[in-house]
Amino acid sequence: MEEILNISNLTKRYDDLVVLDHVNLSVKKGEVIVLVGTSGCGKSTFLRCINALEKIQEGKVSLDGEVINPAGGKLNTVRERIGMVFQSYDLFPHKTVLQNMILAPVKVKKINKKEAEKEALALLDRVGLLSKKDSYPHQLSGGQKQRVAIVRALMMHPEVLLLDEITAALDPEMVREVLDVVISLAREGRTMIIVTHELTFARAVADRMIFIDGGKIVEEGSPEEFFNHPKTDRLKKFLDSFSYD
Amino acid sequence: MNAEVLISYFPLYGEAFWLTVRIGLIGIGLAFVIGIVTAFFSYFKVPFFSQLSKVYIELFRNTPLLVQLFFIYFGLPKIGIRISAEVCGVVGLGLLGGSYMAEGFRSGLEAVPKSQTESALALGMTRGQMFFNVIFPEAFSLSVPAIVANIIFLLKETSVFSAISLMDLMFTAKDLIGLYYNTTEALFLLVLFYMVMLLPVSILGNVIEKKVRFKMFGA
Ligand SMILES: Nc1ncnc2c1ncn2[C@@H]1O[C@H](COP(=O)(O)OP(=O)(O)OP(=O)(O)O)[C@@H](O)[C@H]1O
Ligand SMILES: [Mg+2]
Repeated sequence: MEEILNISNLTKRYDDLVVLDHVNLSVKKGEVIVLVGTSGCGKSTFLRCINALEKIQEGKVSLDGEVINPAGGKLNTVRERIGMVFQSYDLFPHKTVLQNMILAPVKVKKINKKEAEKEALALLDRVGLLSKKDSYPHQLSGGQKQRVAIVRALMMHPEVLLLDEITAALDPEMVREVLDVVISLAREGRTMIIVTHELTFARAVADRMIFIDGGKIVEEGSPEEFFNHPKTDRLKKFLDSFSYD
Repeated sequence: MNAEVLISYFPLYGEAFWLTVRIGLIGIGLAFVIGIVTAFFSYFKVPFFSQLSKVYIELFRNTPLLVQLFFIYFGLPKIGIRISAEVCGVVGLGLLGGSYMAEGFRSGLEAVPKSQTESALALGMTRGQMFFNVIFPEAFSLSVPAIVANIIFLLKETSVFSAISLMDLMFTAKDLIGLYYNTTEALFLLVLFYMVMLLPVSILGNVIEKKVRFKMFGA
């Protein structure tokens, strides 16, 4: 399959702290990559570098052949093409669910408001939240907020979707409803890079698993190899930290 | 208190009331605009203009309105700029109010979480689109209590306008007392008209505050 996203020699430092050290990754169209690693290993930073929320010190990120970080000026047009959902529910609190969804399409893509609304309603219906279209974010549960955040990102028709621990702040009973949405997106062939601590979900959704440690990709492979036959000690140790026996 | 005196004074106070309200509203409108513009400069750290905003804010927040009015009313003509007392009142109130509004907006802007900025940017918005569609409206809601307090403060400050011979409520009261010595009636009407002006603002402010807070936070 054809490559959509290419990351080569990406190096990110905060002053003296090297968070990412010459990382290389090629993502194919429709591929679902799940990124894992210990807390603070740089997973969020990696995603943020991909859509140029962070400046990088070395290397480059290209989307469909176009260099997007370091970006030459038009950052916003690049970010339109890469959707991102964060851990903290970050819906706009002064806007209803529907207004949250159409804001960027209307203002950024200059899509006709009626058309945007039509699409938004269809997406809300798909994630079972049509009845919440006129609610404000504070009137939603955490799981509902995250589902809205996902479809809000979809409204921009991103070529790649980045999901950063989108269930980490949720009560356990709400995790499922959000992950089900992600799984359905994977099935319809969306390209995604997902950071998560839900390993069962990772195994189900990933085409490729990636383990980051010490600023580098230490191990990668199919979920089957990755979980059942980890090659490096560091990954074994990481996976062991999730079991209780 | 003499009812006849009250009735005969009433139209004079009525006129002064409208003058005060008119200057007050225009001045506060100006203060709003100045406040938003300076807050914008500081938020984006626009070179030169953000420093200028800072100097302006400190200068006007830390000097009395009366002194500012004297400077504008008596100072400007010395360098050849003549303005009427009314314009002077509007400009004075606008400049003083602008510095207070700027501070109100600034604290609101600082209270908007960083994740809001990032999710707006991640949706492809430019920094301008982000500011006007997301950050500023949120900051505005957070600033409502400060803005309401500022409006009331500014309307009260109009009482120094009499010093540049604007026939506002205070001027009218002083004038009438000086002429006829009906101190009780004159002062009673003064308090009454200020209450008529400020009470609705205060009540309306409370309602808006509650509405905005409920919309955003549900409590
Ligand atoms: N703005 C910043 N300034 C300085 N250091 C930072 C900054 N942001 C992140 N870091 C550091 O970079 C490292 C990687 O952070 P990052 O948030 O990417 O980790 P993570 O893998 O996402 O962790 P978690 O699983 O806890 O979310 C951490 O050591 C963090 O302290
Ligand atoms: Mg993280």
